[in-house]
Amino acid sequence: MSPSATLLLELGGIIFALAVLARFAERLGISPIPLYLLGGLAFGDGGIFPLITSQDFVDTGAQLGVVLLLFMLGLEYTGDELVKALRTGARAGVVDLIANFTPGYLIGLLIGFGAAGSLFLGGVTYISSSGVVAKLLSDLGWTGNRETPIVLSILVFEDLAMAVILPILGALALGGSLAGTAGSVVAALTLVALTISVAARHGHRLSRAAFSGSDEVNLLTVLGVTLIVAGVAEQIHISAAVGAFLVGIGVSGEAAHRVRVLLAPLRDLFAGVFFVFFGLSIDPGTFPDVAGWAIALALLTGATKAATGWWAVSRANVSARGRRRAAATLIARGEFSIVIAGLGLTAGVGRELGPIAAAYVLIMATSGPIFARLAGRRPAA
Amino acid sequence: MSQIEEIQLPGVGVRFDFVTEDGQRVGVVHHRGGRREVFICPPEDPDTAQVTMELSDDDAHTLAEVLGVSPVIEAMSQVQQVEGLAMDWLPIHPNSPYAGKTIGDGRIRTRTGVSVVAVIRDTSHFPAPGPEFAFESGDVVVVVGTTDGIEAVKSILADG
Repeated sequence: MSPSATLLLELGGIIFALAVLARFAERLGISPIPLYLLGGLAFGDGGIFPLITSQDFVDTGAQLGVVLLLFMLGLEYTGDELVKALRTGARAGVVDLIANFTPGYLIGLLIGFGAAGSLFLGGVTYISSSGVVAKLLSDLGWTGNRETPIVLSILVFEDLAMAVILPILGALALGGSLAGTAGSVVAALTLVALTISVAARHGHRLSRAAFSGSDEVNLLTVLGVTLIVAGVAEQIHISAAVGAFLVGIGVSGEAAHRVRVLLAPLRDLFAGVFFVFFGLSIDPGTFPDVAGWAIALALLTGATKAATGWWAVSRANVSARGRRRAAATLIARGEFSIVIAGLGLTAGVGRELGPIAAAYVLIMATSGPIFARLAGRRPAA
Repeated sequence: MSQIEEIQLPGVGVRFDFVTEDGQRVGVVHHRGGRREVFICPPEDPDTAQVTMELSDDDAHTLAEVLGVSPVIEAMSQVQQVEGLAMDWLPIHPNSPYAGKTIGDGRIRTRTGVSVVAVIRDTSHFPAPGPEFAFESGDVVVVVGTTDGIEAVKSILADG
């Protein structure tokens, strides 16, 4: 078979497999992310259907997937919302950070990832999946519930925290001397603070000036700018993810809404490729060795996340049922845990990080929505 | 009127809640794309939105119309968010020189820069009236413009 035919067949196979998995996930009412990861395992070395020629495309597609995921995360909230969240949700946000980062970090130390490497596992267990949570809230019709604003404010704070954590992890991942790493962290954090404050004040005007053409022009403009900024950020050791995230924060108002509609399909495609890529990089044979750690992490951080949600909501005098819902909704971890683990693999943190993160996300992204559905049931009367 | 609580839902939109006279929490979620969601909470569990109904932009206007709220008012409230732009409802008193005259007669926009965006007459409303539209005594004229311009229109409508 000619190489170009093999390439097309393999890409078609991957994307069609993603489609089948996504449909299956929809039927089950769960997030497709764990299934994509499993799909990646099947395509990898030692899998059922190893890839030959499309490896390059998958590598590039995965990078685009990370950039688009982070760009859309930045886009999700306006600079204004971020500043407000910092004012009103700081307490719950800090509790969330401490309660869910620490267990991952400590277990990282136990496994032997070292003081710096364990930061990645802490990041994996800290961040809830805003994609899964947002979908749950809308699928279950919970946007009108009393606890929902508080649940969302926790997600916004996590988003903000990502703006601080990612540059640190990114600098660690791209390596360099200790002084160099510290330098890029400071540079990245300054950029983050600058972008957020500028976006909160002038985001609307900037966005209006930049996005005035047809959908086609806007799509190409945004994608071009995002990739360039991501590339520059990677070059100056801030990490492409952070660069894309900053561009996302900078776009706001009506423009943000249009861009979200335009880029969501691209994000879905390349994020899918990224999850497959992450699955590809894992040797299925290592799963049995890490299963114990992954299950321990899942139990521990499922409990700490639920406790965080319960506590945050009970401060607003929400009924027990609402507290149960908030606790269960936040449990899901997903796309950003994998992004952080991906950075960790670049940083050369222990080989176990990949399979642990994959197994962990498999458990959390599947069980989170199940717990949420159970919590939403009417109590038997 | 009941107290309306405005709640920001970051990443989703804005929610407006109020409690009915019967003690039910009722609200509307304005999603960022323009979709609205109406929800009702049962009195025994005010934290749980139970009946939810999705409305498109059009549906929302239809529902508002059926409930007797003028969509003009809503359009107005959006206009009010523009900086430096003011809106006012000016009545045509029986002794106003403009009762019976048209908008064109008063040359309101030429003289003050203020636009007449609607006229409310009893329960009906006339959005975007043309210069040939004739005022009647008792009309309420909805105007948009600068604060100074609106002051000028007030005195024009009163004294000519």
